[in-house]
Amino acid sequence: MNDNIIISAQDLKKHFGKSNIKALDGVSTDIKKGEVVVVIGPSGSGKSTFLRCLNLMEVPTSGTILFNGNNITAKNTNINIHRQKMGMVFQHFNLFPHMTILKNMTLAPIQLLKKSKEEATNKAMALLARVGLEDRANAYPSQLSGGQKQRIAIVRALAMEPEVMLFDEPTSALDPEMVGEVLEVMKELASEGMTMVVVTHEMGFAKEVASRVLFMDEGKIVEENTPDEFFSNPKNPRLKDFLSKVL
Amino acid sequence: MKPGPSKLWPDVAPEWIQNLPEKIEDIFYDFYKCFIYDDRYQLYLDGLVNTLKLTLLALIMGVVIGVVIALVRSTWDKNRHELRGISKGFLHICNWICNIYVTVIRGTPVLVQLLIWWFVAFASSRDGISVAAFAFGINSGAYVAEIIRGGIMSIDPGQMEAGRSLGFGYVATMRHIILPQTLKAVLPSLANEFIVLLKETSVAAYVSVAELTYAGNIVGGISYDYLFPLLMTALIYLVMVTFFTFLVGKLERRLRTSER
Repeated sequence: MNDNIIISAQDLKKHFGKSNIKALDGVSTDIKKGEVVVVIGPSGSGKSTFLRCLNLMEVPTSGTILFNGNNITAKNTNINIHRQKMGMVFQHFNLFPHMTILKNMTLAPIQLLKKSKEEATNKAMALLARVGLEDRANAYPSQLSGGQKQRIAIVRALAMEPEVMLFDEPTSALDPEMVGEVLEVMKELASEGMTMVVVTHEMGFAKEVASRVLFMDEGKIVEENTPDEFFSNPKNPRLKDFLSKVL
Repeated sequence: MKPGPSKLWPDVAPEWIQNLPEKIEDIFYDFYKCFIYDDRYQLYLDGLVNTLKLTLLALIMGVVIGVVIALVRSTWDKNRHELRGISKGFLHICNWICNIYVTVIRGTPVLVQLLIWWFVAFASSRDGISVAAFAFGINSGAYVAEIIRGGIMSIDPGQMEAGRSLGFGYVATMRHIILPQTLKAVLPSLANEFIVLLKETSVAAYVSVAELTYAGNIVGGISYDYLFPLLMTALIYLVMVTFFTFLVGKLERRLRTSER
């Protein structure tokens, strides 16, 4: 098996409830170290479900996910250990409103990585400085703008020193003028070699940053390619139709 | 034997009161009879202390029971479809027991419950305060459970997801992320439960616990005059409830401003 593959999804299927509607209908892909995989597709195509399956936020009905070669879909897996290495950023930020920004960022490293308070604080302050928010360390989430909240959510995940970052439509809930600041942080992260899986509607980001773009429709990956080929030479008719609407 | 209040009245009443018209003098005499003679005010004070004791013990017990039941019920409601095997069966039974508890307690009068504890379950006990505190604690637990369960269910599911995505388990996420937010959200409702409980404990007079209502009733009996003792009892409850309501209002405003 290839050492460079960090996540390998094999034939993922997901049904919700007893309905026959398949949110995922046999999705397979390998994500390599340092790759930035951008997933696009119309709403209801299963792209968020796919992303959420990767760290078992949704448990796939069938199929296998290997993370660093470990089968995390196996019954006896302790998923909590693996999730520490998979950062996740949500559409609605999901910061903890009853804690300061600093506490938001140090809670998991102190409790789970058993870091000292000082060590975790230093790390958090360094991360905050990176996104230009070190002066907000003692603020509460409700005192921040949407763009600031999302940047905090990103560095909160980074505080756990993950090997891969999963982004679930990170700019969809933002005011338009705040999208740029969040994408900027993500670009920087990509340029540092972080492995990223990004579900987004930001085609500019996909063109500029992605190493590979996946197009999903009706629970399947219907086309995947490098961003150049993907946008300039789409083959699948549904992708062509989709791109003609969003570009 | 101590002489009765009517015998002592001419000696203890100031002259100017005795010179008042007879109807008005009677009011002062009744007041003396119900509160001052034989240190009867002490009975109200002791009763008040017992009332507060009962309320506080019952509230603590109610909150502990309430949190446990709320956790069982909300965990079951949210995760019944994902759970498998033994843990599912275990939780199913726990949830079932909790449902029966809440249904029975909320569906029967607290007085009936108290009488059952006192005359049946703990028939051999003579410690009225403990039995009554236990009865009110069990009763309050069912109501507190519903308050806290509502609080847990009202927390955005994204909070649980964020906690889990960082690597926290279900219990750790509950402890560090969900419950602190829940308790903050339900604190005003819990304070209201405290106020309701404070009035409810008057029912303990039925099993001869010397709390405030019992004191008023007793003084009424021994002084052959119920008007002043019962008015005073009502007044003390009213003052306490007004005071605690004021505190709850302050607490609510304080909690609201810290959100901003």
